[in-house]
Amino acid sequence: MSSLMLRGRKVVGGKSEGLALVTTAFISGWGGVDPRSGTIIETHHPLRGQSFKGRVLVFPGAKGSSGWSNTFHMCRLMGTAPAAFIFTHMTTKIALGAVVTHAPAMTDFDLDPLSLIATGDWVSVNADEGWVEVRPASATVTAN
Amino acid sequence: MKLSDIEQSMLQGDQGAAIGRAMDLLVRYGEALGAECLVETRNVCGTVGATTPFMRDFAQARGGMDAVFSEFNLDSDQVVNIPPVRAFSSHLQLGFDPEQPVRMGVNEETIRFYKTGERFTAGLGVQLLNTCTPYQVGNVPTRGEHCAWMESSAVIYCNSVLGARTNTEGRESTGAAMLTERIPYWGYHLPANRLGTHLVELDIAIEGTSEWGLLGYFIGDQVKDQIPVLSPQQSLARVPGLTQLKHFGASASSSGGVEMYHIVGITPEAQSLEMAFGQRRPTEVIHYGARERRATYERLNANGNSRDVDYVMLGCPHYNIEQLWELARMIEGRKVHTNCELWVFTPRAIKTLADQNGYTRIIEAAGGIMMSDSCSAMSRAVPEGTQVVALDSAKQAHYLPAILGVQAWFGTTQDCVNAACTGRWEGGLA
Repeated sequence: MSSLMLRGRKVVGGKSEGLALVTTAFISGWGGVDPRSGTIIETHHPLRGQSFKGRVLVFPGAKGSSGWSNTFHMCRLMGTAPAAFIFTHMTTKIALGAVVTHAPAMTDFDLDPLSLIATGDWVSVNADEGWVEVRPASATVTAN
Repeated sequence: MKLSDIEQSMLQGDQGAAIGRAMDLLVRYGEALGAECLVETRNVCGTVGATTPFMRDFAQARGGMDAVFSEFNLDSDQVVNIPPVRAFSSHLQLGFDPEQPVRMGVNEETIRFYKTGERFTAGLGVQLLNTCTPYQVGNVPTRGEHCAWMESSAVIYCNSVLGARTNTEGRESTGAAMLTERIPYWGYHLPANRLGTHLVELDIAIEGTSEWGLLGYFIGDQVKDQIPVLSPQQSLARVPGLTQLKHFGASASSSGGVEMYHIVGITPEAQSLEMAFGQRRPTEVIHYGARERRATYERLNANGNSRDVDYVMLGCPHYNIEQLWELARMIEGRKVHTNCELWVFTPRAIKTLADQNGYTRIIEAAGGIMMSDSCSAMSRAVPEGTQVVALDSAKQAHYLPAILGVQAWFGTTQDCVNAACTGRWEGGLA
């Protein structure tokens, strides 16, 4: 399987890459994330117990408390922030949160990142040029 | 993003470094959103203080409260001197009640540092309301007024019940708005974005605060951050008051991310169904009946297991004087059980009123503790050894188990008072 390209809009500029962590569930910041480890702690969340530290976080968007931006701001200062944000649903929480995390962030894609990217895929994000390259985990294994 | 000449001069630093950093953040934030311009705001509710150990250490290492404001309110790694605010600004709830350091589990040094921060905040001209409910202590914006508020339960009240206009802002954007009187013109500031998306038909009567909380929790889960329009048909036995809509909004914004709703015939932008939806057609029609009510109740109580209750917390969102009056009548002559504690959170201004009216004396005579400025979710403070909590707030029942790993029961205020006085949870759906 070859790599896949998605094109979208820059939210926060920059380039980064990492393993994808994907969820179709919205994420709570304050009360839903422990910034000391970057772990999702929300009771009913499918990613509960998993950390997004250094991962490319692929998710629909933000929900819950207005402490969202401050929580991810703390993640940046504590070294537990995601490598990049890829999301589909714009709100003030995710926009401000991405801005203060200083991580590349993108939205408004031509293809649906939530269905095309799987947890464990290797994802390169170039927000300045508006593209995301996805190398599926299965392809990586074959190549090796 | 288009900036006016004045905004451009702020950005260039002509009006001082802090204003420059504030405008830089607003531009980055506005461009992230895709906003076309900024809008003037003269009513900002945010958080400035430093109550966590992390922030205290940060302040001590980087140069005091100016450094905290620079980093956490302006997203500026350069420390700038913070001038007095230009916008009328109110402080939201804190990380603890500074009058109750022992119960909140904070040491003297933390309190001393907090007092330094409080003087800094007051010195900027920020009103120390210290509550999640500024609208309960005099900050009541006018219909159509552009605001920049954070605190999801206050935002939804501001948009829906008052008809003022705000997005859910964050600590950084409200900090920048306090200094510049500007916020991105996006989302709920635009009239077209305030129209309903989902129609909610109520098949059962909704009466009482906990019922409004349940309904809000259900709707938030269904519509996420869209705009529900409640069409009560014949079902509203009583027009909901401030307390009911406060709880309704707080739970809808916790389970989903609802920032605005309409109730036909009641909220100001929905005098009719046509007005609530404008030219839009509802994308979905949702029914709320006995089955949905029971499922929501069970979901909220899913992690309650032991019926031996250690702790009852009331005041999420902060109790108002009507709720304290009701609580005083419920608990007068009763005693909180020796195995249980009762903490009640209210804004400090309302606590003063409760002192004056004798409610504090009644609640304390029963063994309850009156607290202000914070809550258990914000402070992570509960009585020592707490494993099982009873709450009359769906919002607090949503957050507290996740934050502290406790079991939670959700029910009416009366269920909670009974639990406090017997040490047992006997609540259930009526």
